Amino acid sequence: MLFWQILIDGFAISSLYALGATGFALIFGVSGVLNLSHGALMVAAVVAAWAAGNDLHVGPYLGAAIGVVVGLGASLLTYFLIVRPLQSSRKIREEEKEIFILTATLLWGIMIQELIAYFYTNNAKTVAPIVQGVVSLAGVRTPSNEIFTAVVCWLVIAVLWLLVNRTRAGKAVLAASMNPRGVTLLGIELSQVYIAVWAIYGVLVGIAGVLLGMFLGVSSYSVGPLTASAFSIVVLGGLGSVSGALIAAYVVGYLETLTAYLISPAYRTIPALLLLVAVMYVRPRGLLGRR
Amino acid sequence: MKRSNKRGIAAPPPVLSALALSALALSATVALTLATPASAQSTDPIKIGVIAEAQAVAGASIPQAAQLAADEINAKGGVNGRKIEIVSYDDHSSAAEAVRAFQRAANEDHVNAVIASYISEVVLALEPWTGRLKTVMVTPGAASDVITQNIAKDYDNLKYTFHGYLTSTSLAEEVCSAAKDLLVKDLHMKSAVVMSEDAAWTTPLDAEYVKCLPQIGLKVLDHIRVSPDTTDFTPIYNKIEGEKPDVMITGISHVGVQPTVQWKQQEVPIPMLGISSQATNSSFWNDTNGAVEGVLYQGVSGPDVAVTPKTLPFVNAFKQKYGNFPSYCGYTAYDEVYYIADAIKRAGSTDPDKLVDALEKTDYVGTIGRVQFKGKDSPNPHALKVGPDTITGLMLQWQDGKQVNLWPANVANGKLKFPKFIKVGSAD
Repeated sequence: MLFWQILIDGFAISSLYALGATGFALIFGVSGVLNLSHGALMVAAVVAAWAAGNDLHVGPYLGAAIGVVVGLGASLLTYFLIVRPLQSSRKIREEEKEIFILTATLLWGIMIQELIAYFYTNNAKTVAPIVQGVVSLAGVRTPSNEIFTAVVCWLVIAVLWLLVNRTRAGKAVLAASMNPRGVTLLGIELSQVYIAVWAIYGVLVGIAGVLLGMFLGVSSYSVGPLTASAFSIVVLGGLGSVSGALIAAYVVGYLETLTAYLISPAYRTIPALLLLVAVMYVRPRGLLGRR
Repeated sequence: MKRSNKRGIAAPPPVLSALALSALALSATVALTLATPASAQSTDPIKIGVIAEAQAVAGASIPQAAQLAADEINAKGGVNGRKIEIVSYDDHSSAAEAVRAFQRAANEDHVNAVIASYISEVVLALEPWTGRLKTVMVTPGAASDVITQNIAKDYDNLKYTFHGYLTSTSLAEEVCSAAKDLLVKDLHMKSAVVMSEDAAWTTPLDAEYVKCLPQIGLKVLDHIRVSPDTTDFTPIYNKIEGEKPDVMITGISHVGVQPTVQWKQQEVPIPMLGISSQATNSSFWNDTNGAVEGVLYQGVSGPDVAVTPKTLPFVNAFKQKYGNFPSYCGYTAYDEVYYIADAIKRAGSTDPDKLVDALEKTDYVGTIGRVQFKGKDSPNPHALKVGPDTITGLMLQWQDGKQVNLWPANVANGKLKFPKFIKVGSAD
């Protein structure tokens, strides 16, 4: 009974982590940007979906769609307002740009967090779920919404895989992540690739955020922990490796669920962080890292 | 006038007579400048500082309700011809920021009293400063018994602190009284699991729960303390369900939306009753997308409950001015401005020691009941007196988007009703 409970709960939460971390890994792989406003963008999508439902009284489908659109908008805004000006700046030395972008996205995330707290309070928000009710899975009373979350996560990841491996634009993105200079030699505008990646990332962040809002709910306080969890999953999986991030998401998700059920929910995140430290010692490039 | 404390001025060394002369002249000037505000005092506004969590739903009501009370008092001519001025500070739910705000309020803005915070940790951090800066502070929403226990230990220094909301022990006693009538008498429940968030205010709350629940006939099967950082409550509910209690007795305030939404989403078949501070907010239905349906929570007031003749006029005025209903600490903050003003009137002065004496004699019917403070010799000096003659509190339930009062019977405006997934008495 407990075994099935852990298996089912762990799967849902891990799928959500996988989706959240995929975009984060993609951005790093292609443009070398560690986007520390990740959690803030997710929370922005949730609050937008929540506000659409409560202030504009739209249904759960339209509310979710608005959340995803806001995630996309916030991602593109982050790129054009924060990341691109730093990337193209001539005043900052090339080797210092990464640290500038790291700091800038961190501060940008804090700004978004404070704005959300100011306008929508720091109390937690949840998005109206699209599916309600519970079903019995192997004797475990499982919310239908939990199954819905896992299914949507995997559908989106599958679409992303097709996009990257089966379309011309996707192949350009893949190529850029392997060798940016090579791509420019082939006549592909690197800045176009960046915009495409940030757009894909925005949609992923929006979907992951809205699903998280339906499943567990978030508040402006979640910004830090969400960024930290995506960051540690991506580091564990190997910076820049999307498939590494997917595996790491399941390792972290199940480790957390096991801890919560078998030890205490209060210690939920600790073993995963210890694992991260251990990986840093033994295999610093992560599970499937290239860099 | 209360800032006559001259710690900062060092005694002049007896050197030259010229120096002594100028020192004399200086002290004369000081005496003059000190004398000027004294004569102007009769028209100067009375300043009340409000330190609150403006970004939290509960805390946002504190400065709003205080301002409303001040406006009403000023419209009627103020206190002895002096207007009341509210000076607000946002502490961002941080004790450090609250202490800085308190220092600024006392030293720079020269407030006559402070209304501060609904978070026990914040109020406990401010408490020593009330003595150091000799500034009266009343909290509209913190609950920890330690606040008043500290006063008992060091009355002379901490007598400036007043606890304008129920202590955790009182809250637990009220929950037990309500549970006895609603759950034990009416539904024949026999067992409970206590689920509280890990915070300063729940330590005395849980201690009283564990003591009073068996006395009313509810066996405590387990006592679970939840980390306030918890995002996924599934393992906790799973554990509680395995213990098969008839009811979960709650003590949650910092968390609220997530445990409620997940309780509904997972259709945990056990009812929740207890303290759920966020559920007292009228916006909680929207915050949880209606998942709060069926949750029972203790409150000092409800939107349609005329606890006293002052309750509904306050609620309506608040709603008209701010567009939403006040949170629980809105009611108390509103009353606090009134009884601070009343105490200043009775004391005939804003001198902090005289104000403390006058506040100790408070006997004021406010929006949540009759406000009287426990005396110096009580183990909890300056805590609110509770009971049928003063404040009894309510037990409300969310039903179809409305907060319906079920207890006590004389002010009840509805009947207990649970959502379909709740199985009452399944453990028999």
